[in-house]
Amino acid sequence: MEPLGWIEILGRLATQFLPVWIALVVTFVLSIRYKRKLGLYGKLFDSNVGMIGFALVMFWVFTAFFADMIATHDPLSQISGMKNKLPGTPVSGSPEGVYAYYLLGGDNLARDVFSRMVMGAREVLKIAPAATVFAFMAGITLGLPAGYFGGKFDLVLSFIANLVLAFPVILLFYLLVTPEIVETGIPIYLAAVLFLFPIIFLVILWNSRYFTQPPKRNLFVAVTLVVGLWLYAGLAFNADPLGIVAMQPNILIVFVSVVFVNSPTVFRIVRGLVLDIKTRDYVAAGQTRGEGPWYIMLWEILPNARGPLIVDFCLRIGYTTILLGTLGFFGLGVSPESPDWGSTIDQGRQLLSIAPHPALVPALALMSLVLGLNLLADGLREESLRD
Amino acid sequence: MLLTALCLTFVVFYLTNLPPNLEKLAKTEASARMTDDEVERWIERNGYGRPVLLRYGEWLGALPGWTNTEDDGRLRGRCVDRAADKADAPRFCGLLQGDWGFSTVFKQPVSDIIATRLGLTGILMFWVMALMVPLALLIGVLAGMREGTRLDRSLSTFSIATTATPEYVSGVIFIVFLASNAGVQIFKGTATSAMDGITFQNFFLPVLTIALYGTGYIARMTRASMTEVMTAQYIRTARLKGVSFASIVLKHALRNALIAPFTVIMLQFPWLLNGVVIVETLFNYKGFGWTLVQAAGNNDIELLLASSVVAVFVVLVTQLISDIGYVFLNPRIRVA
Repeated sequence: MEPLGWIEILGRLATQFLPVWIALVVTFVLSIRYKRKLGLYGKLFDSNVGMIGFALVMFWVFTAFFADMIATHDPLSQISGMKNKLPGTPVSGSPEGVYAYYLLGGDNLARDVFSRMVMGAREVLKIAPAATVFAFMAGITLGLPAGYFGGKFDLVLSFIANLVLAFPVILLFYLLVTPEIVETGIPIYLAAVLFLFPIIFLVILWNSRYFTQPPKRNLFVAVTLVVGLWLYAGLAFNADPLGIVAMQPNILIVFVSVVFVNSPTVFRIVRGLVLDIKTRDYVAAGQTRGEGPWYIMLWEILPNARGPLIVDFCLRIGYTTILLGTLGFFGLGVSPESPDWGSTIDQGRQLLSIAPHPALVPALALMSLVLGLNLLADGLREESLRD
Repeated sequence: MLLTALCLTFVVFYLTNLPPNLEKLAKTEASARMTDDEVERWIERNGYGRPVLLRYGEWLGALPGWTNTEDDGRLRGRCVDRAADKADAPRFCGLLQGDWGFSTVFKQPVSDIIATRLGLTGILMFWVMALMVPLALLIGVLAGMREGTRLDRSLSTFSIATTATPEYVSGVIFIVFLASNAGVQIFKGTATSAMDGITFQNFFLPVLTIALYGTGYIARMTRASMTEVMTAQYIRTARLKGVSFASIVLKHALRNALIAPFTVIMLQFPWLLNGVVIVETLFNYKGFGWTLVQAAGNNDIELLLASSVVAVFVVLVTQLISDIGYVFLNPRIRVA
């Protein structure tokens, strides 16, 4: 068989992404149709920048979701004779039931670059948003009281936050993710602390809202505690009594170190916002009504700080993606087989002069995802400033 | 700030001196096939067996170094081993006395390695700054000068795009398109030869790679402060007086618009450190970042400690400078 030309490669790529195109079109048609009823999300579709960003992000989200349908080969299987082959090379020997081409070429272990890139999207989008959520939970749970109460509590926490921030990120990764440190169990302790924050956050949230209605409060708190502690046992200690929830140890370490690096920044942002908002009249009104400090923090201040927090959330997912890539680039944490973009770039970079495509494809993928997130954040900022 | 520095170095010291690291050190230094008992004895004999705080003090030079007498009567100790004259070795030897230790990987005193590597990185940083700062300010001022025009939109998109491209992505893209057979072969894909003599060909790509990532951020800050200044009352007055647009931008707006970017540029330094590590690894330029990676990868405890001290020092000093500079440039803000 002849190798494919560039036009043919692009055509076949477009066909492979068919489920993504359909999902994107459906999302956009529905969103634009009902954009007046959708609040801030709907307003996003008024700005071009925001729409482009949203499209890029959703493209990767859907790619991660439909990865099994899109990928042409298994990301780990090697086919002999396909080492470092150029994009569009037909699979040698063409065995039955296998897609006939390596659309974006083969890497130095004769694996399909395209399938690895698609599967890598799933790896990245599994970790990055979740890590950002955890960082936000930790940052909010600590930042609200630090800004609201001030005093010694604030002093100590701010000192610790500045301490973590003064560390060069790469050094911190090298210190946290080496096998020797893993042996001592420090990442597990960190995970134990960091994973507690979402539970604390939700419990305080329900308690402060419904403590006047004990039955409702008890129900919400009980559900949160049961589900939360179950996930907690599974994720942090790999000791899920039902054996459903588990996290690979090396993923856990990567996850924890990324959360650890991000949460001080979130803490500082939240603290700054609280310091600003707590001087407003409605907070004083709440205080005179006799509302508890936690109710004011979580149900008066936090909703009013949502604009900057949402924008920062988008930016931070992008930043987390970059951090994950950095970790992969230095071969830290993730297993060498893993198709995530950072480690694929690292493997590809050694052979750049012979075969550039194995490194170039994930590099462009990572760039477009982060670009999409930044544009989305920019669009959101513009739209939220408008009202 | 001193407290921060002490805390940070202690954390690094603690993390690099955990028992598994020491065991590995014992095995690489003495023999790979030691039994657990032998490893323990080696650690004990070489002074690694005592409490962490005590050893931290020794390393810092605030406490006297350990000494003990071997079975064959030789005197050994932290300071004794290094001194030329065993008899009158100093009691204190640590960071404060200028003794940074001995690298187990490069077989050289750590201070020598750090000095040469920092020099190389300094050259890199200088060129990065020389490229990044003017470029970023130019983009920011041009974009912020007339808000909402096509020039503004395209320059803003460009700066967003550069902040979305981490060094390891842009570096790879540059190498592929500008330094390999697949693209135009103008530059060289490695900067190893730049350590002996810098040429445009072997040095431009690493500099550009680091500079681009920071450019977008500084440019956006400059743009934001420029647009703010351009809507100020005195600019309107100047326009009504009939001053030409170029003269307004250069004489009236620019000075006030550059206050905010200054602090941002200073705070960029810790980020540059990050970029330096990535780019030096990618382009194989054996500077400070490369040394840090080698030290961390090979369990070279004293070199890693020294690198961290330097890194932390750089970060803290730039923070201090940016705080001072901010107050100095902007008389409206006075730190109480």
